[in-house]
Amino acid sequence: MKIKTVLSPNGHVHGGAKVPHRKNTSEFKTEIMPTPSTVTIPMQMHIGAPCEPTVKVGDKVKIGDIIGDSQAFVSAPVHASVSGTVKSIIDFPAQNGGYIKAVVIESDGQNEVSDSIIEKTVTSAADLVSAARESGLVGLGGAGFPTHIKLSPKSDVRLDTLIINAAECEPYITTDYRECMENSEDILGGIYLVKKHLSIKNVYIAIEDNKPLAIKLLAEKISAMRSEEGEPIRIVKLKSRYPQGAEKVLIQAVTKRKVPSGCLPADVGCIVMNVTSVALLHRFIKTGMPLVNKRITVDGSAINQPKNLLVPIGTSVSDIIEFCNGCKSIPGKIIMGGPMMGMAQPNLLPVIQKQNNAVLILNKADATKKEESACIRCGRCVSACPMNLMPTLIERLASINDVESLDRIGVTVCMECGCCAFNCPASRPLVQYMRNAKAVYRKGIKK
Amino acid sequence: MDNKLHVSSSPHLHSGASTTKIMLDVIIALIPAGIMSVVLFGFRSVAVIFTCVLSCILFEYGFQKISKKPTTVCNLSAVVTGLLLAYNLPVGIPLWMAVIGCAAAIIVVKQCFGGIGQNFANPAIVGRIVMLVSFSSAMSTFPPTVFMADAVTTATPMQLLANDQTPDVLSLLWGNHQGTLGETCAIALIIGGLYLIIKRVISPVIPVCFMGSVFVMALIKSGFDINFAVCQLLSGGLILGAFFMATDYTTSPINFKGKIVFALGCGIITACIRFWANLPEGVSYAILLMNITVPLIERITTPRPFGWEGIKK
Ligand code: SF4
Ligand code: SF4
Repeated sequence: MKIKTVLSPNGHVHGGAKVPHRKNTSEFKTEIMPTPSTVTIPMQMHIGAPCEPTVKVGDKVKIGDIIGDSQAFVSAPVHASVSGTVKSIIDFPAQNGGYIKAVVIESDGQNEVSDSIIEKTVTSAADLVSAARESGLVGLGGAGFPTHIKLSPKSDVRLDTLIINAAECEPYITTDYRECMENSEDILGGIYLVKKHLSIKNVYIAIEDNKPLAIKLLAEKISAMRSEEGEPIRIVKLKSRYPQGAEKVLIQAVTKRKVPSGCLPADVGCIVMNVTSVALLHRFIKTGMPLVNKRITVDGSAINQPKNLLVPIGTSVSDIIEFCNGCKSIPGKIIMGGPMMGMAQPNLLPVIQKQNNAVLILNKADATKKEESACIRCGRCVSACPMNLMPTLIERLASINDVESLDRIGVTVCMECGCCAFNCPASRPLVQYMRNAKAVYRKGIKK
Repeated sequence: MDNKLHVSSSPHLHSGASTTKIMLDVIIALIPAGIMSVVLFGFRSVAVIFTCVLSCILFEYGFQKISKKPTTVCNLSAVVTGLLLAYNLPVGIPLWMAVIGCAAAIIVVKQCFGGIGQNFANPAIVGRIVMLVSFSSAMSTFPPTVFMADAVTTATPMQLLANDQTPDVLSLLWGNHQGTLGETCAIALIIGGLYLIIKRVISPVIPVCFMGSVFVMALIKSGFDINFAVCQLLSGGLILGAFFMATDYTTSPINFKGKIVFALGCGIITACIRFWANLPEGVSYAILLMNITVPLIERITTPRPFGWEGIKK
């Protein structure tokens, strides 16, 4: 059977933005960061119900021990990422506002591994789902949707397509690329696991064409493996354009299917998994080590040494900056995530969570935005919106509280990708206006 | 150090586009036609252009100062309005009349409705129409170009066409015929229009649909006389209007489908005025009429959000 490389995306996707790549760290091998003296592990690093701590102050923990769990279906357990003593359980500021419980562990420097870390055997779809839950895996691309939910769709949907998301369309970030370059075997292993147990017909690895080395490497590995397994895995080379990696955009680009608003990828027969997630699932089954550390890209105009780092979950931004030799100029902005969708942080306290994949430290010049001016109705936000919305109109409707019209033009479809604001010549903070508009809308329909 | 970190909403990157850059591009695109106006009509056209641009800037600045609003002269939009109005005037227009046109454009249309992005109609077009109504004879006296022997003709190509005569296509192309300052040289305008399209300042949708529909209507009207249709395309203010006036951001729809409807409307009304009304030229009126319908057009052509196919809303 032949390996098929789809050269251009099948479906046409509207809009988007030509963002600069800035993949400065793409050839920087992952460095393992020494264990920090303390880690602060939030009890919610996923979409769904927060976990409750299962440890008390003073408890000894080892790497991989469960320290937080929840009975709720949509949730994911939290594991200790260092060995040591639970120092305190605190309320910790969440990256997107509000507070969340967090367990602070003081490391004993021994990096002892929990006894529960043993190889898993998976013989059925149910095994796979429970393994995914045990591993604490969530969508590592940024959303943080628990993986075991993704793998257990409702009984009435038929899954036929698995899309591995290696698009990595956000500027700066190179963690998924490094995963492809360093752990391609785990990626393919994970793919075959999911494919086999969920009886999936088509597998695509979707990757932007600005990563030719990763494409080549994966293609080689696939052809080496294909005699053992049946159907081939196809690599879909996507045109580099933001936001190719957004789930709905990706599904359309690869399969031409459109996920209806308010539905999940499973409703059109697709599962989308981030490459790092699928590799981690394989590693968990092979070794039993859950999601306790995460590769992140540290970059930005103010950092001294940009790096790709493997850090324990819960490592603070200040520890990371210190390990990267500090800043070369006064930082003006700290972003958790990419520059298009990441969250600016008010201080250096935030810690690396499961779904984070970058810390960007920008200098003062890059941090300041141009002042917003009046909308000139140029229509750039409209033609840039991959979701086919009219951001400037939505902004205006929200300001006059016109809930009915907001509903009509689909404010809830916005995924806050930032293409509109990126292109706006009047520098209007349109994403913020979209969030406001959604709030206005939600308040309005409740009444 | 901590408290000095910026916390703003994503995205943290920007394309670098700005209102000023866009307006600068429009000004650049208008330069070829400006040069041609000097070549064709002599240095008086410089005086008209200069008067219009300067008074637009001053009116905008003055109004914003008096009404204590932030000044936005730096975004160059007043310069664009001034240029466009000047290009729509005959070269012999008394300068004080031009100043009044500018006052109508900037103060009445643009600033009284809340400044850039808020006006319901294109300021330059309203300025021109105000002048047409108030000073109709000065506004319709078109001196010949410097390349024409004085006695050759006294009619503009529009008047010729209205009398079933066809002007010479070549002279239409390079502008050797009577008309307003900036509308005569088709080639200069097309170069400017292409520049705007290449720089992605405007989308080709409006000019193509606008001129296309006039062309088709002319073909139908004349029983498929290509020569007549081409002359319709090249004469009067059609090219200037289609590339530079109908594409005005504020007064044209911002969505793709809306642009098509708007431009077709402009084209059809222009053709109707030209062929069946008692006026030789209809571009300005057509654009003005369609300007007023923009909110309605946008409402009925709102794009359907992603994933709404088959969902009843
Ligand atoms: S991109 Fe900015 S200026 Fe242009 S229409 Fe949208 S909000 Fe207005
Ligand atoms: S409106 Fe929402 S979905 Fe559309 S471009 Fe802006 S942020 Fe992205």
